[in-house]
Amino acid sequence: MFNNTIIFGLLTGIVLVISLIFDKNKTILGLKKGAKMLFNILHPFLNILILISVALFFIPDSLIVTYLGSNSGWLGFGIAAIIGSITLIPGFISYPLAAALLKQGATYAVVAVFMTTLMMVGIVTLPLEIKYFGKKAAIFRNAFNFIAAIIIGIVIGWLM
Amino acid sequence: MKRHLKNYAWVILFIIFSIGSYFLGFRPGELIYSNFNQFFIEMISFIPFLFILIGLFDVWFPKEMLEKHIGQESGLKGIFLVILLAMLQAGPLYGAFPVAYILYKKGASVKNIFIYLGAFSSMKIPMLGIEMGYLGIEFTILRTLISLPLFILIGYIMEKVVGKDFEVKEIKA
Repeated sequence: MFNNTIIFGLLTGIVLVISLIFDKNKTILGLKKGAKMLFNILHPFLNILILISVALFFIPDSLIVTYLGSNSGWLGFGIAAIIGSITLIPGFISYPLAAALLKQGATYAVVAVFMTTLMMVGIVTLPLEIKYFGKKAAIFRNAFNFIAAIIIGIVIGWLM
Repeated sequence: MKRHLKNYAWVILFIIFSIGSYFLGFRPGELIYSNFNQFFIEMISFIPFLFILIGLFDVWFPKEMLEKHIGQESGLKGIFLVILLAMLQAGPLYGAFPVAYILYKKGASVKNIFIYLGAFSSMKIPMLGIEMGYLGIEFTILRTLISLPLFILIGYIMEKVVGKDFEVKEIKA
């Protein structure tokens, strides 16, 4: 946790100083933009943290470990892949959720396949995608991305 | 003001609930608050820095500049440019479809359009920042390095599978 503060703080400090040296006005504009974006996601972000906090109180750790932990095998992996493919959760919400799952005992493989299917495969948005790219291309893209997500999950699980 | 109040309704309720739980000694409420506190500290320890970086990035590397030069370039340079453009974006995947239309209009290859979608789905810089903060640098780098060759491969396969009759339609909202 404090590693994050040090890494991000240091990086931000360095970038900020360089930016200020080159162009003060641009820097101020950038800070304003950043603050605006942060403010825009703040309340959905806080809401989701509240939701996760309540959910984790009602869902016992043992349940997460059973279904998404290291002994869950392909069942957990499959559950994660299917939920990830169907649902549509914005990244800034899914990452804290993934971190919470990891902390409660889910494996890296499960979290990786959940996150990658979430990002790369979109069953809910498939009708929209078909409108843009046509049926064949949209279905193939999702199918190939699903396979890729499974590979990513397996390799991450194997490496971490 | 009223809009803000509405946006933060749950947060306000939660604060009241937590304070109430504390004074009444309501154990479940205290446990839920302690969960929340942990997540909140985790968030506040890096998210503000991340948004400063994103804001600065946005003013120094406007993606419109890149969009002008994208399209016809082929080979490695073309692939590199679409990936770079994708990394500068933000938002959900369906937000990438209209950009795919622009790429198509500008003459980008089928391969590069799908490489763009792949990179957009999971290599956007703001998302990589959040991913590092929550899941660690090791996880983020590994996942990106494994994903990248797969996206490029999918681009090539898609060109083979749908290449001939592929077109991107413009959807008007």
